[in-house]
Amino acid sequence: MTLPVALAATGVLFLGACGGGNDSGGNSDAAKSGNDTGPITYVQGKDNSNIVQPAIDKWNAAHPDEKVTLKEQTDQADQQHDDLVQNFQAKNADYDIVSVDNIWTSEFAAKGWLVPLEGDYALDTSALLPATVNAATYNKKVYVGPTSSDGGLLYYRKDLVPTPPTSWDELMADCSIAKQNNMDCYAGQYAQYEGLTVNIAEAINTAGGSVLSEDGKTATLDTPEAKAGLDRLVKAFQNGDIPKQATTYQEEQGRQSFEDGKLLFLRNWPYVYSLAKTDGSSTVKDTFGVAALPGNGDGKPGASSLGGHAAGISVYSDHKKTAFEFLKFLESEEIQKDWLTQGSAAPVLSSLYDDPALVQQFPYLPTLKTSIENAVPRPVTPFYPAVTKAIQDNAFSALSGSKSTDAALSDMQKSVQNAISGGQ
Amino acid sequence: MSATSGVATGEYAQGKPPLKPAKRASLHDGSGRRAALLIAPTIVLLAIVILYPVVSAVSQSFTKDAGLDPATGMFVQGGFAGVSNYKLWLLQDCGSGAFSCPPGTLGSQFWTATGVTFLFTVVAVTLETVLGMIFALVMHRKFKGRAILRASVLVPWAIPTAITAKLWYFIFAYDGIANHLLGTQILWTGDGWAPKFAIIIADTWKTAPFMALLILAGLQVIDEGVYEAAKMDGAGAWKRFVHITLPLVKPALIVAVLFRTLDTLRMYDLPAILTHGAGNTSTLSMLVVDQVRSGFNAASALSTITFLIVFLVAFIFIKFLGANVTAQKAPKAKKAG
Repeated sequence: MTLPVALAATGVLFLGACGGGNDSGGNSDAAKSGNDTGPITYVQGKDNSNIVQPAIDKWNAAHPDEKVTLKEQTDQADQQHDDLVQNFQAKNADYDIVSVDNIWTSEFAAKGWLVPLEGDYALDTSALLPATVNAATYNKKVYVGPTSSDGGLLYYRKDLVPTPPTSWDELMADCSIAKQNNMDCYAGQYAQYEGLTVNIAEAINTAGGSVLSEDGKTATLDTPEAKAGLDRLVKAFQNGDIPKQATTYQEEQGRQSFEDGKLLFLRNWPYVYSLAKTDGSSTVKDTFGVAALPGNGDGKPGASSLGGHAAGISVYSDHKKTAFEFLKFLESEEIQKDWLTQGSAAPVLSSLYDDPALVQQFPYLPTLKTSIENAVPRPVTPFYPAVTKAIQDNAFSALSGSKSTDAALSDMQKSVQNAISGGQ
Repeated sequence: MSATSGVATGEYAQGKPPLKPAKRASLHDGSGRRAALLIAPTIVLLAIVILYPVVSAVSQSFTKDAGLDPATGMFVQGGFAGVSNYKLWLLQDCGSGAFSCPPGTLGSQFWTATGVTFLFTVVAVTLETVLGMIFALVMHRKFKGRAILRASVLVPWAIPTAITAKLWYFIFAYDGIANHLLGTQILWTGDGWAPKFAIIIADTWKTAPFMALLILAGLQVIDEGVYEAAKMDGAGAWKRFVHITLPLVKPALIVAVLFRTLDTLRMYDLPAILTHGAGNTSTLSMLVVDQVRSGFNAASALSTITFLIVFLVAFIFIKFLGANVTAQKAPKAKKAG
């Protein structure tokens, strides 16, 4: 009984596969048609703060003929990425508009899966924070519309540190305060995972270096600036200003340590703000402040790595016009404001950061704006997975002391160059 | 399908009744054909679900990963790769000769990953076998509450590995319970040897019960009489263990060790969640998954290599250690007699 069923199922699978194969010739036609309106599906990771469905409900009420359905993925970024890749490869017309993490934009664009936002779909980016538009651009074309942003912040104990440090040297000088109070001085995210790339890129960019050249075709890690940046972290680990256990810290371990009052300075994302204010176990509710990341000593704040998501229109969508209108709707002031007030999501519209009512509610907004204005996207390259791996492995060796800064950077230079030279 | 073949064999058998020996042979032939027809759908299905993916993975491993067209910035298909994907892993050849992959590339990690995978396999499976044997011997005794003990020992095995890994991640956190109990400040998920120990400990905790269960099954088929006879002959507990229990439980034990060895050789989720590969704890399977994210065809080559390694180990087990996976010979009390 099960056998025929199984056979039939395999048969269907095979037919399906053949159908997919035969189709590939007509794929550009599919891309050309479909500039149409009609119901669409918006795909994104799990809507944990429940802000996306209400936005879609608003849209649906106003556009009964172009209803949007939300498809939620898991809350694991890697799985979201793999799910999108599979559906693009299958030319799935049901994934009309998808939420794209900053670091995936170049890959999806280079694979030809996203509709470039030009011509009929030209997006007005003038009101957006420039860093978010940078991250949405590949090969000088904008491929996605930024929908949320994020930047690193320096959390500090304002009861112990009267004025927050504006440069790395000032920060290190304040570590004597930590010693007097028998606490750890500074920590970020230094476990071997994506957060390490974020922190290393910040250190290098803040010191005036970069990971890749402007055109994304050369690794630029064998520079004195890059060395100065990585060296700051390595030295801080060596002299204990960053505790050695920070090589096991992701976002949460650092937050825990800071909320327990064991850490003087913490580099983390804005989400920590409301938790540190409201967590029952937080001992620093009224004694912590927020500042921009420490800079290079030239008066400018540090260069945060840019976080955030954008929405991209699938080339396989049948209703691209609706998808584009919906994208603009997601970037509208109304929705961006809703998302900030209801889910503390960092907006992409510059103007919202200066809104007095919002600043009243979210006092960290001006600091966050500074952070995002000075933010640098992580290496913009279609080979991002290999690049981040190369950075993580070598930086981790340097921070945990099994490789010198010079050796780590020289290996990083070679391995990043190897990763991005997949051209023919 | 089976009905048709049945009728055909019937007619065939009826057609040639007089020749007795020939009939016997023809009947044999007929039933052989019939059997072939009957199992044909299964063979076809197995070929589809087992052979097809393996063959397609192998054929993909000879294809280049898509590369960027510098003019358009778009990906283009890579074409035939020869054995370059295999050279990438086995020779760590990133395009300019053997061992040209710089540290931090996946290619540079193949032999490290192979080494650490075998390290985990040898150490963890040895620990699991010893502990599993002890558990099994304890559970084999008759005492009050044996059923509860048997059930509770299996709990670690019943928990999904991903959850086990997260559990041990918290236990091995810097200010976690492991460091509190030991009074140490070890970075269990940092650099050096500690992360390797962490993975071995967690894996042993999880799978020693599985070993115990398989060994227990082997113990239960041993005839009690053999022990009694040995006791009468004055054999002490250790002698009985070495000369009766071990040889008689050997078939079950080797199958258990084989299963665990193959499992550990392709271990993925535990180190992926516990250490993220920190301190060179990336296993071969983790390397495959990392590579899938950056290029599918090179990953096919790596998974083919992993498959061959696992296959080779299984072959050695069955050939030389006498793992009797299909259990055709019943090694009853022959040796003990």
